[in-house]
Amino acid sequence: MKALQERLKAGIVLDNPTFVQVLGMCPTLAVTTSAENAVGMGLATTAVLICSNLVISLLRKCIPNKIRIPAFIVIIASFVTIIDLILQAYITSLHAALGLFIPLIVVNCIILGRAEAFAFKNKPLPSMFDGLGMGLGFTTSLTVIGMIREILGAGQLFGNNVMPESYTPAIIMILAPGAFFTLGILMAILNTLKAKKH
Amino acid sequence: MNLFLLFLSAALVNNFVLTKFLGICPFLGVSKKVETSLGMGAAVTFVMGLASMMSYLVYHFLLVPLKLEYLYTVAFILVIASLVQFVEMVIQKVSPSLYSALGVYLPLITTNCAVLGVAILNMQKGYSLTQSIVNGVGGAIGFTLVMVLFAGIRERLEDNDILEGFKGLPIALITAGFMAIAFLGFQNLIK
Repeated sequence: MKALQERLKAGIVLDNPTFVQVLGMCPTLAVTTSAENAVGMGLATTAVLICSNLVISLLRKCIPNKIRIPAFIVIIASFVTIIDLILQAYITSLHAALGLFIPLIVVNCIILGRAEAFAFKNKPLPSMFDGLGMGLGFTTSLTVIGMIREILGAGQLFGNNVMPESYTPAIIMILAPGAFFTLGILMAILNTLKAKKH
Repeated sequence: MNLFLLFLSAALVNNFVLTKFLGICPFLGVSKKVETSLGMGAAVTFVMGLASMMSYLVYHFLLVPLKLEYLYTVAFILVIASLVQFVEMVIQKVSPSLYSALGVYLPLITTNCAVLGVAILNMQKGYSLTQSIVNGVGGAIGFTLVMVLFAGIRERLEDNDILEGFKGLPIALITAGFMAIAFLGFQNLIK
């Protein structure tokens, strides 16, 4: 149980996919226009990560080393298709908002990275927890970025007004440049904090 | 004329990197020098043109007749992965000098989401074969343009005195943000 807790902590804090490993930048920048989209994207990716890690770990002895990357990609793409269809059927508004970036979960380097670095070498249960930890880490950072952009760019949080009436939303924050600025400044803050600790 | 507008729209107005956020990983990773970013851009242009064509053919002549349209994600990523492998082998055989120039970048292209992105966009918008190729090549040229410009700025940033915490990726991201503002200027070019 302790080892499993460690996997979760590694994913969310120590090896956070966005801020520490800097992986999966495309969805991080593209779908964080609102906190709701960010949570949706994060959870969809988490679901794919858990399933693909589990299956790859179960099949790790059957997949020949030489063709492991194409094998990983097919497994990941199948789960992405399943998630895509589920979202289209049950959460249509989220499916429309995330659009192209749902099928593009396939090429999110976090998923292929975890398959290669963890699931292919470890037992099924730890692999699932690794997927859960990394997925939640990704969801957390996406949500933080999404919340900042939504508050500054629209004066809202999860669709509810949170800023005083007199606040004029800075539209630029929900447009493309705002994504780069938010992530850049957040990373600079984290770097400064880390430098102070040492 | 329409094809020209489509090309302009893919390259500038709806730039893949700065407006659609596709291909951010190579954009941030391989843009430290102008030369390497040109190499990457050339390789991506080549693969994106071919991938647009191949995924069109696979979708319309394989998936649609078999009524397996929902498998497009799996089919396209397989097409792209094998295409990249194939291109790598052909270039190695035909032009070893080009291979040594592009070699390092070719395997990276499989996980460049701009390539899969353009294949899916072409399908969703129902583009014809010619339109798909123009959209693919246009998008890739826009990608190259932005990457080379960005590399030029980053080369100059190297010698600047930047706040400790902002060194490296943070300042690069903020630079990209300013470039995105500049590209917003193209927004009303095509109605």
